[in-house]
Amino acid sequence: MQTGTTTAPATAPGPSAARRRGPAAAVLIAEARLFLREPGSLFWVFAFPSVLLVILGFVPAFKEAQDDLGGRRVIDLYVPISILLAMITAGVQAMPPVLTAYRERGILRRMSATPVRPSALLAAQILLHGAACLGSALLVTVVGRTAYGVPLPGQPAGYLLALLLSAAAALCLGATICALSRTAKAATAVGSVAYLVMMFTAGVWLPVQAMPDILRRVVEITPFGAASQALEQAASGSWPGWIHLGVLALWTAVTGVAASRMFRWQ
Amino acid sequence: MAIIEVDAVRKTYAGRPVVDGVSFSVDEGEIFGILGPNGAGKTTTVECVEGLRIPDAGTVKVAGLDPVADHDRVTQLLGAQLQESELQAKLTVREALELYSAFYPAPADWRPLAARLGLEEKLTTRFAKLSGGQKQRLFIALALIGDPKVVVLDELTTGLDPRARRDTWKLIEEIRDGGVTVLLVTHFMEEAQRLCDRIAVIDRGKVVALDTPAGLIRRATGSTVISFVPSRALTGPDLTRLTALPGVASVTPPDSEGTLTLHGTDDSVTPFVALLAELGVTARRLRITGTSLDEAFLDLTEQDA
Repeated sequence: MQTGTTTAPATAPGPSAARRRGPAAAVLIAEARLFLREPGSLFWVFAFPSVLLVILGFVPAFKEAQDDLGGRRVIDLYVPISILLAMITAGVQAMPPVLTAYRERGILRRMSATPVRPSALLAAQILLHGAACLGSALLVTVVGRTAYGVPLPGQPAGYLLALLLSAAAALCLGATICALSRTAKAATAVGSVAYLVMMFTAGVWLPVQAMPDILRRVVEITPFGAASQALEQAASGSWPGWIHLGVLALWTAVTGVAASRMFRWQ
Repeated sequence: MAIIEVDAVRKTYAGRPVVDGVSFSVDEGEIFGILGPNGAGKTTTVECVEGLRIPDAGTVKVAGLDPVADHDRVTQLLGAQLQESELQAKLTVREALELYSAFYPAPADWRPLAARLGLEEKLTTRFAKLSGGQKQRLFIALALIGDPKVVVLDELTTGLDPRARRDTWKLIEEIRDGGVTVLLVTHFMEEAQRLCDRIAVIDRGKVVALDTPAGLIRRATGSTVISFVPSRALTGPDLTRLTALPGVASVTPPDSEGTLTLHGTDDSVTPFVALLAELGVTARRLRITGTSLDEAFLDLTEQDA
């Protein structure tokens, strides 16, 4: 990954930038088609978070307002949590094996022997997984609203900011896993461990807001603990705490730089 | 005129020289072979030509351009088929051809190219479902899709069955006949002998010989092989006289079927026939053959050992 390629298109600056727009678009289209041919990834990123939300809604107690949650219901908390689940799945579970396999199988190398830089392939993958995250977020929001009457975020701008930062953090973490893993198998293994840890910190098993104080303070330092807090604050109408947004931004920056420095092209 | 110039290129990995002062030049329109045992540095050498590796020392020019500094322009002139590279498993043949077409400012039309390579029937097949031969043909198509002046083919026929290999050879000749210069990396002597105008034999990172296939064979000692089954057992003095014939380098004693083998030159043949007549021996199953490039190659790479 080149510096700052978290979502940037692959067109390198320079005299040939105009001509390269064609190839980068062709790569994006081809990768989008390939992305749609992975039913496993599509299901876990796109459908599963909404399915989880629907299932949780079958628990009657989750639909009752609770005093210790400031009058909110458990199901309300699970809308941002399900969205974070989609992002973690896309970033650390789905994407790293794809990128690592592209390197392992010489696909990046083959592309290096053409006028197009192989970074175009990585950029397309990051972009597609990012788009899938946001698409899934939209679906979860709609399902929550229509099925269980979960109110839309009270502070939409803050919510969107937290959402974009969370997606960037998930993708940069995934890119770091990819940079550190020699093989697609290793990437899957590392990704799975990271996946479980991140699901916990995002509050999939126990919402961060319901965690005991000490545990919550620790979890808030992790990217998805911070994301969970920021999203929940914006959902209930206030601007997300700068400390949470700062933690997210820091994780994104550190892992983004680490991935671009350590990525091996072959 | 030389289209590829490689001059005193060195490449070292972990203190071990893999390419150790390799120089050669490839003329426009020829099929130039790089022949050598596994691990001789063939692939590293051509990777320097393709701009995929930066030489530690020496220079490489493709049509006068530096493959690393002028990567964009060189990749437009030079098509490559890499050893052990793949495509995305679920990409179809058609999508791969369209995608790679989009990489070049003036690509060749992929449809006739696919037809020429016998890929028409496979356009909707995914890469992972192609046979080894089909994958190689697709990679040849992708190497040619930018309408290059030079193609580099690295171990193209490794893993193909004999028929597919022969079909591929025909294709390579057609590519050259279409005006494209071919740089061919191989460890098959037969392939080099059949296709190449000139061959650089590389062993342990150095060029040990550079000649036409016929020239390489001539360099090898014992280039004419005479084998026969004598009608009676030859005595010690008979064998001594055989060994003393003009040009004979060695006489191999009879094998389990009684076949005797002489390594000599063209000059050995007539005296050999005369000697048999004098001894009153009939030569059954007489074979007189030129040595293969195989033996010339072993001879060349052994000199270094």
